Amino acid sequence: MALLQISEPGQSTAPHEHRLAVGIDLGTTNSLVATMRSGIADTLPDEQGRHLLPSVVHYRPGVNPEVGEAALEAAAEDPLNTIASVKRLMGRGVEDIKRLGNLLPYEFSPGASGMPRIKTTAGERSPVEVSADILRALKQRAESTLGGELTGAVITVPAYFDDAQRQATKDAALLAGLKVLRLLNEPTAAAVAYGLDQNAEGVFAIYDLGGGTFDISILRLNRGVFEVLATAGDSALGGDDMDHAIADWMWQHAGLSEHADRKLQRRLLRDARAAKQALTDAAAVSVQVLRPDRTIWKGELTRTTLVELVDPLIERTLAPTRRALKDAGLKSKDIRDVVMVGGSTRMPRVQEKVESFFERKPLTTIDPDKVVAIGAAIQADILAGNKPDSDMLLLDVIPLSLGLEIMGGMTERIIPRNTTIPTVRAQEFTTFKDGQTALLIHVLQGERDLVADCRSLARFELRGIPPMVAGAARIRVTFQVDADGLLSVAAREQGTGVEAAITVKPSYGLTDAEIERMLRDSITHASEDNATRNLREQQVDADRVLEAVQAALRVDGDKYLSRDERAVIDAALAALHSVRTGADTAAIKKAITVVDNATQAFAARRMDASVRAALTGHRLDEFKS
Amino acid sequence: MQADLGKNYFELFDLPITFDLDVTDLAVRYRDLQRRFHPDRFASAPEPDRRLSLQLTAQINAAFQALKDPVARARYLLGLQGIDTGEDTDTAMDAAFLVEQMELRESLAEAREAVDRHARLESLRQRVDEEFAARSARLRDHFAENSEPARRKARNLVREMQFLRKLAHEVEELE
Repeated sequence: MALLQISEPGQSTAPHEHRLAVGIDLGTTNSLVATMRSGIADTLPDEQGRHLLPSVVHYRPGVNPEVGEAALEAAAEDPLNTIASVKRLMGRGVEDIKRLGNLLPYEFSPGASGMPRIKTTAGERSPVEVSADILRALKQRAESTLGGELTGAVITVPAYFDDAQRQATKDAALLAGLKVLRLLNEPTAAAVAYGLDQNAEGVFAIYDLGGGTFDISILRLNRGVFEVLATAGDSALGGDDMDHAIADWMWQHAGLSEHADRKLQRRLLRDARAAKQALTDAAAVSVQVLRPDRTIWKGELTRTTLVELVDPLIERTLAPTRRALKDAGLKSKDIRDVVMVGGSTRMPRVQEKVESFFERKPLTTIDPDKVVAIGAAIQADILAGNKPDSDMLLLDVIPLSLGLEIMGGMTERIIPRNTTIPTVRAQEFTTFKDGQTALLIHVLQGERDLVADCRSLARFELRGIPPMVAGAARIRVTFQVDADGLLSVAAREQGTGVEAAITVKPSYGLTDAEIERMLRDSITHASEDNATRNLREQQVDADRVLEAVQAALRVDGDKYLSRDERAVIDAALAALHSVRTGADTAAIKKAITVVDNATQAFAARRMDASVRAALTGHRLDEFKS
Repeated sequence: MQADLGKNYFELFDLPITFDLDVTDLAVRYRDLQRRFHPDRFASAPEPDRRLSLQLTAQINAAFQALKDPVARARYLLGLQGIDTGEDTDTAMDAAFLVEQMELRESLAEAREAVDRHARLESLRQRVDEEFAARSARLRDHFAENSEPARRKARNLVREMQFLRKLAHEVEELE
């Protein structure tokens, strides 16, 4: 049963109950959850009225981890078991983490799938599990505030995130028991929050300087459609780096030794952040450091010194900004408005620099910490089906080129960066040895020509190629990227039809077995409850399928189906109908699949007709206006 | 299962098979189709719906990419008529064109070192743009003529425009 519920944009479908859906900004420093209530999107506070949940998890043996403020307070006392800025580690390998160096005071051990695991007193934790703990806290906050179970969530990711990082984020949501309606780029969410889709056309720049990442996106808005023209950024640059620069300055002036005392390092970072925030309003603040020998250093940090410390970091945001403009084929004067996102854009110095670069005052009316979550909530509301009238559509691009390894350690690009998704591209390759029966396919992401400089996403083998002379086999490799930016790759030898396919589980992602185990571990409901819930869900699905197929048959059954085809569909429907009221979840699921398969050709014909009707209808509209 | 979505990209957008198309109208048609069939419209739909919508919108994206740009459109049109522009395999080019390209490349190399580098790059860029625009106009005429010799000329123009585009890109990199 495919595409049978095609509805005209702007035409309401039958009314249904309001589904609870949230937008989640899973940030490096802070995370937020937002939802639409009475037509207004806003973030949800915790019981103490705090909207921002620090993205910090404190692990203790034998008890549930603390998340948020409580964990942040523990950070100074128990740094090794308190995980902060875990977003930097998402989708990264052990080697990447060595490159991040001493910014992260944790002890790592390589996981089974090459994913690093952080050693804590509660056992080893992967970055995905730590993120899942943060998501779980947000989910609980939303469900207790809204008084019901969530239908799904839109989770935001930096536009620059590669496939491995997106997949890791989706894995974390799965672990937290959240259905992901869409992974949405953070800057796109910000544009949605400002309602740019409703009242403006033009090109916009979204400048997002968060705690740990910088992203610049160039979006074009036209007739309610968002198109990402270009994205660039730096996934290891943000307010955290400013805190480190200030902390280093304090470290030096206090005359501390090179040797890093982790507790002291944490305290310094916390003080550095406070000083930075205070300097938004004040011209100078006093700072002090309690040295290990219990003596105290006191000093003054002026705004001038702060500017000297952070200017090089702010400058580093301008190079990707220029690159994104160039990729979009635009000059800074073409930008109609600049949207500021991320807590670090509160810094007056950042606003000054951005204003002078674009020669216009950036938009700052929505709280830059909340703006992404608010946009995600608006999108979640639409994707959950609460707004059938909505005309909004977000078209995204892939941030980095996808390709394959070819001879000599070189990369062959299959899908160039900034290609609009979803996308499918195919290319033919051949064997290079006589009698070669297998081909290793190495999937890569990145802009460089050498394999060694790109990110390795996956390797798989196409086996069973019949022996031929070199160059005779025709192997068609197809890359498909879905709307979330996630890749799957298939290879097929054209002569024999031998096939191999893989949904790219990045080398740093979790294996399916790992996810299953973690899910089992994390399930707190009684298994009986789960069984009941599954059955109910399948029954609801069955009803939906039955209703949709019957409706489609009434309208188009005679038009597109032969008598035999119709008989097959009717039989499948009857079978589904008979198991629907029973308690056999698996049987219902199977019967739905049978109906799905039986109606595929019918669905394709209807869709084809619908495409034609869409265009014809559109032309008529044009003549009218 | 692959949906049968018509024979070619022009048909997908319900447009006549012609080089001379209105790109603004094409963009409107593109957005209309996306708005209706994008996977976001099927976020809560069953898996087969989502798969079909993914395949369809991927094809709509590919079609739009191939038609919105004049060089890609010409290449695609020639392909429909059984002519491969063969930029990767066939390196034979018109001698006069190659001489001109060498000159342009020399100017580029000189500009790189020159004191008035910016002005030189700017004027080089302008010249490449003009060459490109002139060919774009001729391409239109050749496709309108619709004869075998005209198609051969169109093929050469596409290949030359690809050269010019590469050069323009290199100039941009230096700017």
